[in-house]
Amino acid sequence: MSSYFIFDKIIVKENMQSRPDEHGKYGIYGGKFAPEVLMSALEELEKAFNRFYSDKRFKEELNRLLRTYAGRPTSLYFAQNLSERYGAKIYLKREDLVHGGAHKLNNTLGQCLLAKHMGKKRIIAETGAGQHGVASAMAAAVLGLECEVYMGTEDIERQKLNVFRMELLGARVNPVDSGSKTLKDAINESMRDWVTNVENTYYLIGSVVGPHPYPLMVREFQRVIGNETKEQIRDAEGRLPDTIVACVGGGSNAMGIFYDFLDDDAVELVGVEAAGKGLETGEHGASICAGTEGVLHGMYSKLLQDEHGQIKQSYSFAPGLDYPGVGPELAYLADSGRVKMVSATDEETLIAFEILSKLEGIIPALESAHAVHYAIEEAKAKAKERKENLIVVNLSGRGDKDIFLVEKVLGGECK
Amino acid sequence: MHLEEKFKELKERKEKALIGFVTAGYPTAEGTQEIARAMVKGGVDILELGLPFSDPIADGVTIQRASERSLEAGMNTDVYFEVAAGIKGVEKVCLTYYNLVLQRGLEDFIADCESAGIKGLVVPDLPVEESKPLLRICDRHDETDLIFLIAPTTTEKRMARILDVASGFVYVVSLLGVTGAREHISDAIHPLIRRIREVKTFIPLAVGFGISKPEHVRTVCEVADGAIVGSAFIRLIEKGLESESKASMLREIEEYTRSLKAGTKTV
Repeated sequence: MSSYFIFDKIIVKENMQSRPDEHGKYGIYGGKFAPEVLMSALEELEKAFNRFYSDKRFKEELNRLLRTYAGRPTSLYFAQNLSERYGAKIYLKREDLVHGGAHKLNNTLGQCLLAKHMGKKRIIAETGAGQHGVASAMAAAVLGLECEVYMGTEDIERQKLNVFRMELLGARVNPVDSGSKTLKDAINESMRDWVTNVENTYYLIGSVVGPHPYPLMVREFQRVIGNETKEQIRDAEGRLPDTIVACVGGGSNAMGIFYDFLDDDAVELVGVEAAGKGLETGEHGASICAGTEGVLHGMYSKLLQDEHGQIKQSYSFAPGLDYPGVGPELAYLADSGRVKMVSATDEETLIAFEILSKLEGIIPALESAHAVHYAIEEAKAKAKERKENLIVVNLSGRGDKDIFLVEKVLGGECK
Repeated sequence: MHLEEKFKELKERKEKALIGFVTAGYPTAEGTQEIARAMVKGGVDILELGLPFSDPIADGVTIQRASERSLEAGMNTDVYFEVAAGIKGVEKVCLTYYNLVLQRGLEDFIADCESAGIKGLVVPDLPVEESKPLLRICDRHDETDLIFLIAPTTTEKRMARILDVASGFVYVVSLLGVTGAREHISDAIHPLIRRIREVKTFIPLAVGFGISKPEHVRTVCEVADGAIVGSAFIRLIEKGLESESKASMLREIEEYTRSLKAGTKTV
């Protein structure tokens, strides 16, 4: 079992070691576009990460937490009913079973442990769906750190349950009423807090976004997903999958499951963005599929913006995908063709959400249901060609947080 | 005239620079020109004209709110340069975020600054590490200086790197935090200015963030070459929009500018 855990055997192949480069760049993407006040903090963070990440005791401590607190390794579940219905072999990587209900805790445990080693007492975090906020509150509680979470008032309204959970876990939730009142504004407000309290505060970013070294750190702390998956699918099927699918908001669950497969060229990696009400309506969260290059939140990446560079409001009924930017490494991998990017609308996603709930008894997060939609479509397409098809879906979170929203959308009638 | 010459001219008159900031297009494009005229009448030496961005991470709530209002009222980069070109009788500096410079194209943005008579460009989310492409273009045009910021947290190593390429003036961030008026000015200024002067003696230093009163300006001008006042102007405009007539708001801005300017005179 121990071989499942991250850090025990990190295989970094040569062409990967070059990313990011010393400036935190992934090709043209990434970098450090941060206010001057934060530059030394980012340098300090990079040094601390490099030091502790290669430290044996740090790894052991993190592994212990991942195993005994978070509940890793998560299972790779063969979804038999779904597979039979659509004519493929579909496996679900059950990140919804991680303590807290989403993959987010992998990262927050890693970063909170880092913060503790750095001697920081106060953690701040931003949250959209509330999942990163909950995971931050949990990690901070278990490691004895003070935690404050910034959350847009729009999201507070959509995810009341998670607000209550965070408060129960001892975190303070600070409502953000500026701009679009969602994730991007919560990030702005977190950065303002960090600028002000940089000397005693650790900013815990929840996805592979932000200035270097955040995209690198978050990817490394989420790599455990792909690392386990590789071992598990080999045990189960004796080979690697044909396709791995993950939803993409900022991109942390996608980078987490993709990274250890990047050099396995035969494995197709697919990221699914939120098409919201449809890409053509302009109301979506598809920064790679429909965005352009620019700088937001400290990184050069793909963004949703107008011709002058003002950031547009994103839209998705899944709050975790409602973000007008994306991680720089994913933008790079999409450009290079290694990762295929597609999108799913709210409507398509809702159907997949119901199918998975009914067929497998698993209620997925609305975010993850975007990936389930693609897996079903891919299975159907390949079934027509009568090809054997092995698909792994990263089921990044569970859907309990979404049931009220779904009830509202369905008008109180579950079909 | 280049910004450094402006500081030199002031020095000959035994004055320091009063740098006043307003968000362009707040409350309207025409309004900004009237407000700028009032500030010029009150004696502002350099006008820092903000081109608002939807996500201003280095700004506090006052400028953030003004940015939102301005964008809602239709401000964009095209309109900005028209407004800037219409403001005369003062040296002008543009403050904006890097994405707006990028989307116009670095070359075009600097060319537009030049045509509008803008002598300096402050980009709070463009640290020296990422500044090379823009710096090269500024150097080639030799009309608009790229203004760098130095903060209390800036390390010696980075300070040397910044001062090596800095021109026009250095924007000295007086405190850890975002923009916004504060009751007292930070104690961190004196040691910070000393640290900068140990590395470079001949570039003008202007102190900003949190400065709102004539006595703040006076204290700052004892050690620096200029004081930057931003959010306090925006608050005056906010207040004026709520209660008074436009004429009295403009009068108040002019008077306030005059009171601040008095703090920059060393004799």
